[in-house]
Amino acid sequence: MNQPLIDLKHITKSFDGTLVLDDLNLSVAENTFVTLLGPSGCGKTTTLRIIGGFETADKGQVIFDGEDIGRLPPNKRQLNTVFQKYALFTHMDIAENIAFGLKIKGKTKAYIRDKIRYALKLVNLDGFENRSVASLSGGQQQRIAIARAIVNEPRVLLLDEPLGALDLKLRQDMQYELIRLKNELGITFIYVTHDQEEALTMSDTIVVMNQGYIQQTGTPEQIYNEPENAFVADFIGESNIIHGTMIRDELVEILGARFACVDKGFGTNQPVDVVIRPEDIDLVEPKAGALTGICTHLIFKGVHYEMEVTTPDGFEWLVHSTDMCPVGKEVGIHVDPFDIQIMNKPASEDEEAVGVNE
Amino acid sequence: MARFKHFFRQAWQNAYLALMVMFLYAPIGTMMVLSFNASKSRTQWGGFTLRWYTQMFASRNIVAALQNTLLIAFLSALIATAIGLAASIAINGMKTAPKAILIGVTNIPMLNADIVTGISLMLAFIAFGISLGFQTLLIAHITFNIPYVILSIMPKLKQTNRSAYEAAMDLGAGPVYAFFKIVFPDILPGVLSGFLLAFTMSLDDFIITHFTKGAGINTLSTLIYSEVRRGIRPSMYALSTVIFVTVLLLLIASNFAPRKKEKV
Amino acid sequence: MNRQNFHTGFYRKELLAGPYLVWAAGFIVIPLLLIVYYGLTDRAGAFTLDNIKSILAPEHAKSLWLALALSFASTAICLVLAYPLAMILRKRGVGKGSFIVFLFILPMWMNFLLRTLAWQTLLEKNGVINGILSLLHLPPQSLINTSGAIILGMVYNFLPFMVLPVYNVLCKIDDDTINAARDLGANFTQTLLRIWIPLSVPGIISGITMVFVPALTTFVISNLLGGSKILLIGNVIEQEFTRGSNWHLGAGLSLVLMAFILASMALIAKYDKNGEGSAF
Repeated sequence: MNQPLIDLKHITKSFDGTLVLDDLNLSVAENTFVTLLGPSGCGKTTTLRIIGGFETADKGQVIFDGEDIGRLPPNKRQLNTVFQKYALFTHMDIAENIAFGLKIKGKTKAYIRDKIRYALKLVNLDGFENRSVASLSGGQQQRIAIARAIVNEPRVLLLDEPLGALDLKLRQDMQYELIRLKNELGITFIYVTHDQEEALTMSDTIVVMNQGYIQQTGTPEQIYNEPENAFVADFIGESNIIHGTMIRDELVEILGARFACVDKGFGTNQPVDVVIRPEDIDLVEPKAGALTGICTHLIFKGVHYEMEVTTPDGFEWLVHSTDMCPVGKEVGIHVDPFDIQIMNKPASEDEEAVGVNE
Repeated sequence: MARFKHFFRQAWQNAYLALMVMFLYAPIGTMMVLSFNASKSRTQWGGFTLRWYTQMFASRNIVAALQNTLLIAFLSALIATAIGLAASIAINGMKTAPKAILIGVTNIPMLNADIVTGISLMLAFIAFGISLGFQTLLIAHITFNIPYVILSIMPKLKQTNRSAYEAAMDLGAGPVYAFFKIVFPDILPGVLSGFLLAFTMSLDDFIITHFTKGAGINTLSTLIYSEVRRGIRPSMYALSTVIFVTVLLLLIASNFAPRKKEKV
Repeated sequence: MNRQNFHTGFYRKELLAGPYLVWAAGFIVIPLLLIVYYGLTDRAGAFTLDNIKSILAPEHAKSLWLALALSFASTAICLVLAYPLAMILRKRGVGKGSFIVFLFILPMWMNFLLRTLAWQTLLEKNGVINGILSLLHLPPQSLINTSGAIILGMVYNFLPFMVLPVYNVLCKIDDDTINAARDLGANFTQTLLRIWIPLSVPGIISGITMVFVPALTTFVISNLLGGSKILLIGNVIEQEFTRGSNWHLGAGLSLVLMAFILASMALIAKYDKNGEGSAF
């Protein structure tokens, strides 16, 4: 990684005595799509607002391109923000909204006109110049909010849950739009969301946050396949998180049965958390499985069946499979070694308290 | 630097707020202090006294005016609330055109200058052959109170859940029963705030009262006006203090009532 | 059965407007028509425009002109004082049980004779301010019975009526709308001129009407703080009625006054539209 464009150093922030961010450190490389992901109240929006200049950190630095901008007001920062509820100026038409930043900067009329046309084309709303804000749908308003921000040629675009107010179909369409925009513009996007699917679809880097701490930073694949702790595993997709014991390298005991795995370096006979994704569980003949259980629940989900298999100790395994297993049938549970993810038990009290709020 | 700027802005705002509070309350405060001043002078403190208060309550004029004021405020608020509530329900169920006309008429006393409203009522009373006195005061106060009542109730009526009312009818309730069981509890805060608003407006009115009262009857407002023109007496300061404290208590009470008031 | 029920319910509901209709006709509409009738007739009952024309008489024209000037000045001062106040209140009022907002709205509910009486006490020749001046061995000032005293009384009386609607409309502006403007590079002044003010036009308009109309038509403030020498149009009309001189003339002048109120409202409404269009 070359020199980061944005570097947050030891950022601490509290509101009315409640600590929202605690010694947060985060680097964002140029021209990447970074998503801050976490449940509400995790501090992701506060982080974004500190970068944007709408909040001032109590402690720490906001380094932008080598300079500390932590005390600069928003209007002196080379960043632009797309707000959650669009925050369009309702007393202006679309062209005036988009032109706002350019007029402030004293650009010429011709330049502004060209920029408006270019931006509207970019967000697929050609010819909307003279429409009023009220006449647009939510999705269109969001595109205008993006257009209004990008005409200023920011080096970083901050997006605060921009798709939160849209319906599912529109949200999915906009995800592809945003990826396209990011590639066409070649700038850095910092995106805040609580929607893990959004994060996995769009990001180069995902930063999972909870209760003011960064839980894990990595590519979508890393976050999904190799969660570093139970919170990340549980927050990103569905998973079975089971208490286990690491017998030795590449062998873990779960619920009395031994499974081969690929993880090393946890020591011998160490308590660990084991993550197994529902789609990674193979239901086999009882004799062929490391564990056996009874199928206790079955729902057809379209793409796959969602099943619950209860093992004799009472643990309910969540299983996704395209093969159906009728309720009441005894089945064996098999997991391939590389589908087993071993995590250290939370060390501190803080991490113990980590839970999913949503 | 930014910290300093922030601090400076905060200080400036506090100073501005303090200045405005002083501007708004210093004159009233001065009057309240003077109401306890034994000396009739406005610049010398002659010691603490309640003399002006006893003098005030001993004055038959003042007591009569107080009685009139309270009676008219209470009666006019009550009658205005009854008429206004009925009218609101009717207006809420009306079609666009008659609704617009009625709301337009309702807005007249609110938008028109009080002096014109007062004069027009006075001309009407004389034309109708109603002699000016307590009855005309009551009618006048009801007239300017009804719009405030309607204004308080209409938003609540618009918010009520029509399907709950229809559900009650569906379950066998008659319209009247359904109204009192389902709709009325919803709009009650609006009705109460309308009553309180009307009461306060009546208590506060001077101009319309001035034109419609006739000779020989006074409310506190008109009494103060005639007294003040004769030169200030300390008992007027005592009266002012009493009224100020009463209004303050009324407002605090009504502020505790759960409601949202929209005054246009 | 159901249908019948619906119909009786419907008619009964309409009937509820009955008392109000009678009341409004008798005590709102007819009284206004009476002013028109009186304004357009002479004592013999014959049609005339003389009552209206009398506004052109020097003493009437002067009182109207003075009323317009003083109420215009006090409205402007109210706006200038109230706008920053409303902005600060918007920022501070949230989450503090809005006690601080209550503090600034409270004087609105106080009997306005008392408020005026208070200023009389302060401004009089032997009043509090001159008393303080003499304690400081400064020469007494003639404060009362001036136009300035009237403006002061108007501003003091009507300021809360400006604060409240402006505050209400400012509270409806989303924080992020302001943040967006800052984000796009606007400094405080630019945000004020291009976002705050254009978005608060409805509140400003309603504040202006709530201050301008009572200020233009007042006779109490001018009477108590302006003495007998300064007559506003309100004083002239009031005297025509209470001193029993000429009701027809008073009604005629009232019609002129109403025309001015209507005209200023229309003007403001027009500016509103223009303002919204050209705010950018």
